[in-house]
Amino acid sequence: MTDATALRRRTQDLLRAHPPADTDRADFLRARFDAGLAWVHYPEGLGGLGAPRALQAVVDAELEAAGAPDNDPRRIGIGLGMAAPTVLAYGTEEQKRRWLRPLWTGDEVWCQLFSEPGAGSDLAALGTRAIRDGDSWVVNGQKVWTSSAHTARWAILIARTDPDLPKHRGISYFVCDMTDPGVQVRPLRQITGEAEFNEVFLTDVRIPDTHRLGDVGDGWKVAQTTLMNERVAIGGMRLPREGGMIAPVAETWRSRPELRTHDLHQRLLGLWVEAEVARLTGERLRQQLAQGQPGPEGSGMKLTFARLNQQISGLEVELLGDEGLLYDDWTMRRPEIVDFTGREAGYRYLRSKGNSIEGGTSEVLLNIVAERVLGLPSEPRTDKDIAWKDLAR
Amino acid sequence: MSTPAPADLLYSETEDQLRTAVRSLLADHCAATAVLARIASGHPHDTETWKTLAGEMGLAGLLVPERLGGQGASHREAAVVLEELGRAVAPVPYLTSAVIATETLLGCPVDAPEVAAPLEALASGRTIGAVAVPSATAPDGTYPRARREGDGRLYGRIAAVADAGAADVLLVPADDGLYAVATDQDGVTVLPRTSLDLTRPVADVVLDGALAPQALTTETAVAVRRGLLAGAGLLASEQLGLADWCLTEAVAHTRQRHQFNRPVGSFQALKHRLAELWLAVAGVRAAARNAADALATGSAEAPLAVALAQSYSAPVAVRAAEEALQLHGGIGMTWEHPVHLYLKRAKSDSIALGTAGRHREKLAELVNLRFENR
Repeated sequence: MTDATALRRRTQDLLRAHPPADTDRADFLRARFDAGLAWVHYPEGLGGLGAPRALQAVVDAELEAAGAPDNDPRRIGIGLGMAAPTVLAYGTEEQKRRWLRPLWTGDEVWCQLFSEPGAGSDLAALGTRAIRDGDSWVVNGQKVWTSSAHTARWAILIARTDPDLPKHRGISYFVCDMTDPGVQVRPLRQITGEAEFNEVFLTDVRIPDTHRLGDVGDGWKVAQTTLMNERVAIGGMRLPREGGMIAPVAETWRSRPELRTHDLHQRLLGLWVEAEVARLTGERLRQQLAQGQPGPEGSGMKLTFARLNQQISGLEVELLGDEGLLYDDWTMRRPEIVDFTGREAGYRYLRSKGNSIEGGTSEVLLNIVAERVLGLPSEPRTDKDIAWKDLAR
Repeated sequence: MSTPAPADLLYSETEDQLRTAVRSLLADHCAATAVLARIASGHPHDTETWKTLAGEMGLAGLLVPERLGGQGASHREAAVVLEELGRAVAPVPYLTSAVIATETLLGCPVDAPEVAAPLEALASGRTIGAVAVPSATAPDGTYPRARREGDGRLYGRIAAVADAGAADVLLVPADDGLYAVATDQDGVTVLPRTSLDLTRPVADVVLDGALAPQALTTETAVAVRRGLLAGAGLLASEQLGLADWCLTEAVAHTRQRHQFNRPVGSFQALKHRLAELWLAVAGVRAAARNAADALATGSAEAPLAVALAQSYSAPVAVRAAEEALQLHGGIGMTWEHPVHLYLKRAKSDSIALGTAGRHREKLAELVNLRFENR
């Protein structure tokens, strides 16, 4: 059932039963989910078939060739990349059945309530409190850098349930209903002019205990699943040669000889080389994953992605000369889609500054590579065995 | 910009077994202390290790089809051998003889007896060959050609030929063809130079009436380019092995070296440098495997894959050696510690077969990012 031929046949059956041309987009996506062709490596009944992850490409290629609609992953990236793997790993059967289908089809958008004004790189120091009240929890606190909060129906949330324990041990993981009257979302304007992110204020938000993922006090462990998947999602996108940030710079170089200088040429070639090597490194990682031997390269892809995006877009603004002095539009907007390469050079330059901060700063990721991949010792720590409430802040 | 079908960037089981065998041979016969002793001896090449590697293990013939006396393997396997040789900075003429000279002969009419004979001799490891061009020559670079005069003999001087001191036969580009020239004759003098890299020394070749009975080919440029292209592509695998050794040693040292009552490897200032280096080495691995696979499959992508691998790998290997030296502190500056062997090899490798800058220029041509419009 799980080989490529069988998947191709199953995909053709879906296309025959629900011809994309005469089927409503949402209906098609639901039918695809129910056929187990949403994410084939997920279990049966939850949009998958328990097939090897690498075989998803077979399904995607058939569907694309038939002109079938996709679930617009850019709009629901947090749900697909972060919430779903966590729900799958820690959810009860009932939770998985309730949340995964509308998450995948895009009927319900998800966001992530992790970072706080006082807890960025040191996320485990977070102060949002959840206090047990009968069958539910009452949550108070402030979260920040929340993309999609203004379109989201659900949020993955970590909150402190026991301030007397050391910080990593007193956290629990919840799914928060963003329509709760205690949830207030305020746009947070960024250096690009738009507000892709939000601040989220939680005031006496009630979360039923049935919306908890994992055990009480195990939230940090659960959050690791989310964070690992976030980094893979940000750094692991498959690109064609000269795809991503390097594409517009290379095109400008080719089409506008009047902008060329020797210095820009050398830097462009150096970055072209690095971008292509990064693409091959990602490809090698995928080949390892497909063989069931995930390589440690995964931890590093986001680091490379962030640095290259910043350097390439910086070069692009400079290459454009007079036009590099301009910006397309400073109007405050709240985009529904996150697209790092969208809009113009100035936007790309500014937006890419976030790439080395969001989803784990590059400095934190370098620590992770050094400690978990290379086995270097951690820095001496003073915060590990102290109750959260006694930490300096 | 078209994207090629992805190359196989992993190692097969056979390739892993080959690696284990080569690594174990080198651990027994070519440990760092042995290499250090050898470079001081005046006989830089390790002929014993070469005999085992090339002859007994049959690895000199990996690139040569079985019908021509080789093993009928490919650049993928030769790349694995070079990774291990780079990891050990082994002073054996594998890259120069079993890759560059061999591949150059494969670019000649191989069924002609004057080509088949030296090819079989190189493949068996009995004979060591070198192409008589300066070590720095890039695959598309220019190089001096010997003169063939009325007496049918060769005259000329070629400077800085890698491993010429170990070669039994030189493949000499002359003005009217490519010639196989035995080094044990009166008309040939090989003058060893005091080399930066003592594990792959260079020598000047002086031809003063060298006997050169019959041209191997008149398409000299085609054959030599093929040899140098394979050499440059597989040099990336040597650089990978070298860089990986440097990273591994630097990590091991900073984990156990204590200062300020803690391992120095626990300081973020050092951890971040090592993590960045690890990322760069992961890139070299992908680029080197890509080049080896493109050469092995005879892909039209090979020139691009080679230029990419050399644009990226040489600076990373140099950086790895420089970082390893610095992170070893004072001990890294001593003759006794082997890290200088790696630094000298890495720096020499960054010139060999074309600098990264030359390969970037080549890439600019191949992907239409030249400075001038054509």
